[in-house]
Amino acid sequence: MVALSFLSRGPDAAVAGDRAPRARATLAALSVFVAGVSLLSLGVGAAGVSLSDVAWKLASGEALSLRERVVIFDIRLPRLLTGLLVGASLAVSGAVMQGLFRNPLADPGIVGVGAGAGLGAVLAIVLGGMLPAALLGVAGMHLVPLAAFLGGWVTTLVLYRVSTRRGRTSVATMLLAGIALGALAGALTGILVYIADDQQLRDLTFWGLGSLAGASWAKLAAAAPIMGLALVGAPVLARALNGLALGEGAAAHMGIPVQRMKNMAILTVAAATGAAVAVSGGIGFIGIVVPHLLRLAIGPDHRFVLPAAALLGAGLLLLADMIARLVIAPAELPIGIVTAVLGGPVFLWILLRRRGIVDM
Amino acid sequence: MIRAALATLMLITPAAAQDRVVVIGGGLAEIVYALGQDHRLVGRDTTASFPPAVNDLPDVGYMRALSPEGLLQLDPDLILASEGAGPLETIQIMQAADVPFVQITEAPSVDAVMERVEMVAQHLHAQDAGAALVADLRAAFATLAHQTAQVTVPQRAMFVLSAQGGRINAAGRDTGASAMIELAGAVNAFDDFAGYRLLTDESIAAAAPDVIVMMDRDGDHALSDAEIASHPALGLTPAAQNGQIIRMNGIYLLGFGPRTAQAAHDLHKAIYPSLAHQGG
Repeated sequence: MVALSFLSRGPDAAVAGDRAPRARATLAALSVFVAGVSLLSLGVGAAGVSLSDVAWKLASGEALSLRERVVIFDIRLPRLLTGLLVGASLAVSGAVMQGLFRNPLADPGIVGVGAGAGLGAVLAIVLGGMLPAALLGVAGMHLVPLAAFLGGWVTTLVLYRVSTRRGRTSVATMLLAGIALGALAGALTGILVYIADDQQLRDLTFWGLGSLAGASWAKLAAAAPIMGLALVGAPVLARALNGLALGEGAAAHMGIPVQRMKNMAILTVAAATGAAVAVSGGIGFIGIVVPHLLRLAIGPDHRFVLPAAALLGAGLLLLADMIARLVIAPAELPIGIVTAVLGGPVFLWILLRRRGIVDM
Repeated sequence: MIRAALATLMLITPAAAQDRVVVIGGGLAEIVYALGQDHRLVGRDTTASFPPAVNDLPDVGYMRALSPEGLLQLDPDLILASEGAGPLETIQIMQAADVPFVQITEAPSVDAVMERVEMVAQHLHAQDAGAALVADLRAAFATLAHQTAQVTVPQRAMFVLSAQGGRINAAGRDTGASAMIELAGAVNAFDDFAGYRLLTDESIAAAAPDVIVMMDRDGDHALSDAEIASHPALGLTPAAQNGQIIRMNGIYLLGFGPRTAQAAHDLHKAIYPSLAHQGG
């Protein structure tokens, strides 16, 4: 049905093996790209602290000024690591979702995980003040990210229960149920937006546009293990996703434990997306543009698409973040605006060049 | 000992105190200018737009989404911020970088205006100018109180924040607009809810305001007299029928800064044209 055509693009699939060298070269190039962007990201910024100065001082044992220390170690480094993890998580989640649902439009947004996480965050922003002081004290500034993560998690669990019968998860039911859950989460969010006061509305707007500006070691410590685990686990899915591209029946005949792999894919996406949305708010387009770009470049083999998506997602998000923080310095653009402004046209361009990807 | 000596030194030569100040919050920026300390400003946030000169300063973005590196770029030695400024992570990084981040109340009341002036003056070591400004403001508010005391039948006023797509967003109690209406000697026609709300046409008709107050602005949110007259609910209010529609500059009206007494006075004159004439 839907997407055999986009995952295996007809005759190309037969020569997929020929693409391996190209895919390896792409992976190597992407690694260099990410390393370069990371160094650049540490080195440039509004405050004008240069990486070479700091590196020189560190090497020569000279003391760093307080300003240099704060800018490099408290602002740019946590921001760099957060950007890498969030970018990789969003892109890998997108790739896994598209593989799992055999649908080129799939993205964590579409199965309601994003909307659920958003609902959690909005709940925390609007109603957080009503929590007992003791609980607020414990959760503190982590309340919003924590609630976003829980929101994404709960949505995924509900979705999973709804679409699983007698131990079998129906992908079609899940896709439709996800759209319904997303609409429901959106409606609940709407109610909260209605009762929010002006200040909360402003917070909601900015949260929805996404930003890495709030990156801190504390947030990173909470979210990095979750995203890291999901990213490390994702490659295990590659063979199963390749099999699923031929249909569930075919995958089962190939000896792939289909149900177990589906469970794992859903868990991976929920964890990676929930944690990413929690630390950075709503960042669009990475999850949908990156996997498609890579499929065009290196073909549909998930063994290459998944790691390449992690690298390209991380690199692109860092690049977008640099644009976000430099373009109107000393102020900052929400990064969701940058990814959408860059991602929208790129996506249209892909569609125009390769209409066949989504023609079914 | 040394600390005390330093403090004295700073009092004697205020210019030697912080002279790279970033101000976050439109009302606070106005106060800094009113105290004559604007030469020490190196940055401001998006909400600061008065006096016009403040627009020449670098803009660090919206007060609740401040970028830590953007602030540090300005090399500030003091940040004067409205209570709502943030996010928390940015404030914590400022503390880590040894940049004092002072948060000042943003409550919309006369007492809070005085408190803000005193706080800003204290942190800028300009207490004399602060005391003078507070005295001026107290006198202005006393004059205002004297004028509004002449009001025998308070008018019911409605503050319309916006009217997008014909839906009216109005101020309830506990808002700056409501406080200004009261300062001007009128009563808010909508005191059964707090904050700003989208109103139904029925509730507007039931409240029957005598006066409509709005910000003078363009675009989607603006409402012309003709649009008010033709609005199903607003058109039926006594305010629209009698042409009692008042437009004032938003920051002037709602800033709760040094110009608030004057703004309330203007609003009072507009609501009670005959009274203001008698009162001088």
